[in-house]
Amino acid sequence: MQPAMTRLTRTGGTRAARGSLRQRMWQARWCYLMMAPGLILVGMFSCYPMIASWYYSFFDWDGISAQKYFIGWQNFRDLVHDHYFWSAFGRSFWFMAVATPLELIFSLVVAILLNDRALKMAPIFRTMLFVPVVTTTAISSIVMSFVFAAFNGPVNQALQSMHVINKPIDYLGNPHSVMWTAIGIFVWKWFGQPMIYWLAGLQTIPQEIYEAARMDGARAWRQLISITAPMMAPFAVIITLITAVGNLQAFAFMQALTNGGPFFSSEMMELYIYRMAFGTASTQRLGYASAAGVIFGVAVMVIAVIQILALRRLRSNSSSGMATR
Amino acid sequence: MTEVMTQQQAPPVQRARRRRPWYARQGGKRRLITTVVLIPVCLIWIYPFLWMLSASVKPNGKVFAGLGLFPTKWFFSNYSDAWKSAHIGRYFVNTLAVTVGAVIIVLITTSTMGYVLGRFSFPGKKLILGVLGALVFLPQGYTIIPILDLVTALHLTGNLFGIILAESGTAHIIQVLLFAGYFRQLPNELEESATMDGAGFFRIFFRIFLPLSKPVIATTIILQIIASWNDFLIPLVLTASQPNLRTLAVGIYSFQGANATNYSNMAAASAISLLPVIIIFLMLQRHFIEGIAGAVKQ
Repeated sequence: MQPAMTRLTRTGGTRAARGSLRQRMWQARWCYLMMAPGLILVGMFSCYPMIASWYYSFFDWDGISAQKYFIGWQNFRDLVHDHYFWSAFGRSFWFMAVATPLELIFSLVVAILLNDRALKMAPIFRTMLFVPVVTTTAISSIVMSFVFAAFNGPVNQALQSMHVINKPIDYLGNPHSVMWTAIGIFVWKWFGQPMIYWLAGLQTIPQEIYEAARMDGARAWRQLISITAPMMAPFAVIITLITAVGNLQAFAFMQALTNGGPFFSSEMMELYIYRMAFGTASTQRLGYASAAGVIFGVAVMVIAVIQILALRRLRSNSSSGMATR
Repeated sequence: MTEVMTQQQAPPVQRARRRRPWYARQGGKRRLITTVVLIPVCLIWIYPFLWMLSASVKPNGKVFAGLGLFPTKWFFSNYSDAWKSAHIGRYFVNTLAVTVGAVIIVLITTSTMGYVLGRFSFPGKKLILGVLGALVFLPQGYTIIPILDLVTALHLTGNLFGIILAESGTAHIIQVLLFAGYFRQLPNELEESATMDGAGFFRIFFRIFLPLSKPVIATTIILQIIASWNDFLIPLVLTASQPNLRTLAVGIYSFQGANATNYSNMAAASAISLLPVIIIFLMLQRHFIEGIAGAVKQ
């Protein structure tokens, strides 16, 4: 990949590559030393918690008293029979399955429209559509809970003045509408992120290809199907992966928007874990919440790994296709 | 790293050939429709923030009085009320401290890791990259309980260091890869001449390479500012028993729980916390978007 070993003059030069593993590690000691601060922090706050969660999940532990009681798989057995757990679990994945395609399709359409050198207002549009992404999630959720307020919220006022509805709707207070409203607000909040991803991908396509297609008389639609779509396919997989996994982690968004209510009808997985672990002081069940966290974490990782493997396969297919040509 | 932003300049050849106004060019009608559709969409997109700003200068009873954005009388007292009685001032200082601390730590950890991963090969390199990449998909709900336990065990619950360290300890793979990619393409002569002068491994990095990586430093700083300002679960859990350590996101969330009907103060508090990030974003947009786009390209 790179001739880095030859550069490593101070720590042994080219000979280093041929030594035993221990020799090579000793020769690279400055590398390890320099990475130590980062690796230690990641180890403490990312790797250790992954393992510790498993450990905690085998205990009955209220977090306040020092006493932990080992109870084996009992937490997991209880979770299987916990109705709230399964609805939160299912809701998280339902949310991902609905929000992700909406976000990706809309953002792709807008990105294609904005990826046009002659569109003078494109940078302004892009900035305006991107602003919600940078705003603090919890606070923009609170603002949106006012905007969608049940009685005189701006959305109700606007729709009533346009006679779309004749009485105000309690968007976030009704168990039947709360998840759909939340998805709408979620798409508003995060839409800009995949839009930037798509734009980054679109800009890797050389303009000359479009020029050539235009010379051959290809119209905009034809260019989209025959040039843009195939060249964006590898990007589409990674963008879908990042967006889908991100959509499973909507704690700040949902907690500040609905607190999981009304009647737990918008409680997603991380809200459930939070409620079990820290909800009310008297009923803290950290071991139980850890078990729920472990199941959720493993499920997210499995989805990510499946998608990464799909990406690998797609990439190797396209590169072998190139080679045979 | 390629520029994401330069869309506007058409090649000069084209410009000379096409003298017709923009709307009469090929696809001009399409562009006109795009513009006409996108203007109202974009205005609706930022309307919630304009509404928030407008509500923040209205008396509490008038917040939901109509859709108009311009108040007849400006009540800036909402801001001073929020700053003092809702403790937004203290939360602001806390958030600032957490952000500065996290920016410094993340800058050090990601630049050093990026340097080593970008310019050297050593046993375990692929493992480190793989682990960092996989950790991106780690849900916070999975790790938060051990993080709380660890911070408690380190006796860091009484100050902001616990929050700073926990935020810095998530995998910053994008920033590491941006640094690695940047350092990789710098010429070897830089190191060679410095080694001749007797400079050591760390000295070469801090004196020569780090100062050269200003664009990536800028991207890392702005990504971390927005991430720290945005973080919610870690400060929420770590400050549960210490309201005076709350950050803005947590403080405003708790304020809303306690004062559900004080809308104008809430709007002022929200404006105080959202405006700094929006302004920073508008000023440093290019770096931020490069960082975001870097995620897909790596």
